Amino acid sequence: MRDFLKKNGTRSVLATIISILVGLVAGSILILIVGLTSSEIGISGAWEGIRLIIGGTFSTGRAASGALSFGFNPQIIGNMLFRAVPLILCGLSVALAYKTGLFNIGASGQYLAGTCATLFVALSIPAGAMPQFLIWILAFLAGVLAGALWGAIPGLLKAFLNINEVLACIMTNWIAANLVTWMFDISNLKNMVEGTKTGYIYKTTYGLVNVDGAWTYQDGLGVATPKMGLNKLFPGSQANAGILIAIVIAVAVYIILTKTTFGYELKACGANRHAARYAGIRDKRSIVLSMAIAGALAGAAASLYYLSGNTELYWSVYQKLPAEGFNGIAVAMLASCNPIACIFTGLFMSAINLHGLQLANLTAYNEYITDVIIAVIVYLSAFSLLIKTWLGGRKKIAKPKPVQEKKAIPGKEVAE
Amino acid sequence: MSFLISKTLIYAIPLMIVALAGVFAERSGVINLALEGIMIFGAFVGALTINLMQKANTFNIVTIAGDMGANWGKLQLFLLLVMVITAAAGAVFSLLLAFAAINLKADQTIGGTALNMLSPALVCFFIRLIAQQSELRMFKGDAASWFMVKKTMFGFEKSQEIGFLGETFLNKVYLTTYICIILFILLSILLYKTRFGLRLRACGENPQAAASLGINVFKMRYSGVIISGALAGMGGFVYTLTTANCVANGDVAGFGFLALAVMIFGNWKPLSIAGAALLFGLFKCIAASYSTLDINGDGVALLLNLSKDPVWGKVLNPHMYRLIPYVISLLVLAFTSKKSRAPKAEGIPYDKGMR
Repeated sequence: MRDFLKKNGTRSVLATIISILVGLVAGSILILIVGLTSSEIGISGAWEGIRLIIGGTFSTGRAASGALSFGFNPQIIGNMLFRAVPLILCGLSVALAYKTGLFNIGASGQYLAGTCATLFVALSIPAGAMPQFLIWILAFLAGVLAGALWGAIPGLLKAFLNINEVLACIMTNWIAANLVTWMFDISNLKNMVEGTKTGYIYKTTYGLVNVDGAWTYQDGLGVATPKMGLNKLFPGSQANAGILIAIVIAVAVYIILTKTTFGYELKACGANRHAARYAGIRDKRSIVLSMAIAGALAGAAASLYYLSGNTELYWSVYQKLPAEGFNGIAVAMLASCNPIACIFTGLFMSAINLHGLQLANLTAYNEYITDVIIAVIVYLSAFSLLIKTWLGGRKKIAKPKPVQEKKAIPGKEVAE
Repeated sequence: MSFLISKTLIYAIPLMIVALAGVFAERSGVINLALEGIMIFGAFVGALTINLMQKANTFNIVTIAGDMGANWGKLQLFLLLVMVITAAAGAVFSLLLAFAAINLKADQTIGGTALNMLSPALVCFFIRLIAQQSELRMFKGDAASWFMVKKTMFGFEKSQEIGFLGETFLNKVYLTTYICIILFILLSILLYKTRFGLRLRACGENPQAAASLGINVFKMRYSGVIISGALAGMGGFVYTLTTANCVANGDVAGFGFLALAVMIFGNWKPLSIAGAALLFGLFKCIAASYSTLDINGDGVALLLNLSKDPVWGKVLNPHMYRLIPYVISLLVLAFTSKKSRAPKAEGIPYDKGMR
């Protein structure tokens, strides 16, 4: 048992479980406090809220008697799979950067860059110009490429000018938000067909067709990610092949990081840039590539989310950055930055988000409680090393990993 | 012109005071990435306090400020009280960062990011519960007419000309502006001319050396973070009061991050920070009010006309103005990174054993 506890992997998993439990308990306490102080909700309402926050995936609404009912709900589980896709990929983005000594807080901006490029390509190619799957692939690649370019900016600034990547990422986030709003504002991709919707971009299922010399959009002629039978497995849900693609990408990232020379170079550079250069690794190139790949992953997240054909973008994004990027930090931290573990933590994060929506639908509470839980989890992960050390017993003080040693001093590089 | 100056000040003041908040934390050796989160929290607490106090009719002021007459002094006192409360709230919230960064030696970047996520989540959660909608407003009136200091309050007539300086600095201004300027000066003196300030800075440069001289590094870092939190909380309230009509919605539009850029632009020095804040404030002001901005006073809104121009309008439009502060921050970072003098020990948890 002691050997089992001593293993680094075991301790990471235990630390993750502790973080999740503390996060859920914190959320439950908040629900309880609010319930007890509010005369409308009361203790029974609070109890309903707590049950939904913990088991919302299996909620099937309310029974005729008004009590909450639980059971297998294919729609929620399917949606969970669908919404996990951007979370897993953003988590991978943050995890890969972290493994290589960089804190990618810019996943939101890269996600927006990916969104913009994907939608522009998917909606600008006329419906009959080429086979649909080709349009899909082009749009996907455009998103990945745009994310990579956007991620490369802080990478370049870090590699050549020694600018702290956290600040550069924050600035590029807001630049992306304003730029994307600008691009969509002057584009003709704004949904004009459905009169009730203002401020939205066409879904990718809309295709550009030429009717009597005028270009218009028609529903059903565009592209969408294939369902691969997942819609039969989970009827009524948004599940599609995106989740499979995300899993494949996660495995690929794992292999690159752990089994290839290239991945080793990236990690070595993160551990100690100067030592890596001494060993003959081109450190500047590694830093830029790390950020570019991280950006590509965040771009892929956006591509898969918006190419699904049933999601649409509210294009005026300049005031609020997409939450996926920040939730990606939680996914990565919870997974101890292990790419394979990101799949599971991404699914968990997606589930907890849906629990929040269930909570908002079925009770007087609102969905922001899940953001509180996620934030608590990230807060705990800031000192996960401490938790791990504590789990391993007092005798064996875990050696701080070089990567984390380096990580602890962002901002310092500016001075050097 | 007078409009441009007073509007620029309105945007520059929160930036300046929050950048100073960053200085206090970083000079003591803790990176405060949570400025944005603390601002959001302060803004919420401020809006909530005003809302509740108006509802309860504390201070006996529910009439609209326009015809307050002798009551306006009371109103400003009320504002002062809310500033103190938001500062306290910010200080309490920043304890979360201090605890993680100083006691638990956590990764300060992740800790700060976590607080930046926690604060809007908590705030949105409570706003939804309290207001049953996505934002919390004042119970009566909005800040622009309620708390504004107008020339009529100094005994001038509404139509009376009081000169350029008077119009700019006495008419339609907020008390918060001047309090923040005074605080900024006092705290800069505190940081540079007092024993406490010297000790605080020492902890950010070489905590081991400071400790060897009997300075309690933990205590100093806690003071740095708490002062930082108080200033950021107050700054958040000032932001929402003066630019967002005292509406709290769990968002301060990246002002906390912009303040971080201002701090680095100002090279962690108060005077340079004041200058940088004014520059950024000017850009923010142009972005927010380009359509009514009459720069040379000839009654023509030049920027509005430019944005409608078929050629210039493609570039000089509101999107561009919103974009500029961030692009400039990035450029400034790029050009000043070589000269930048960050506190040497910032971000490194204090370890006695490393002496």
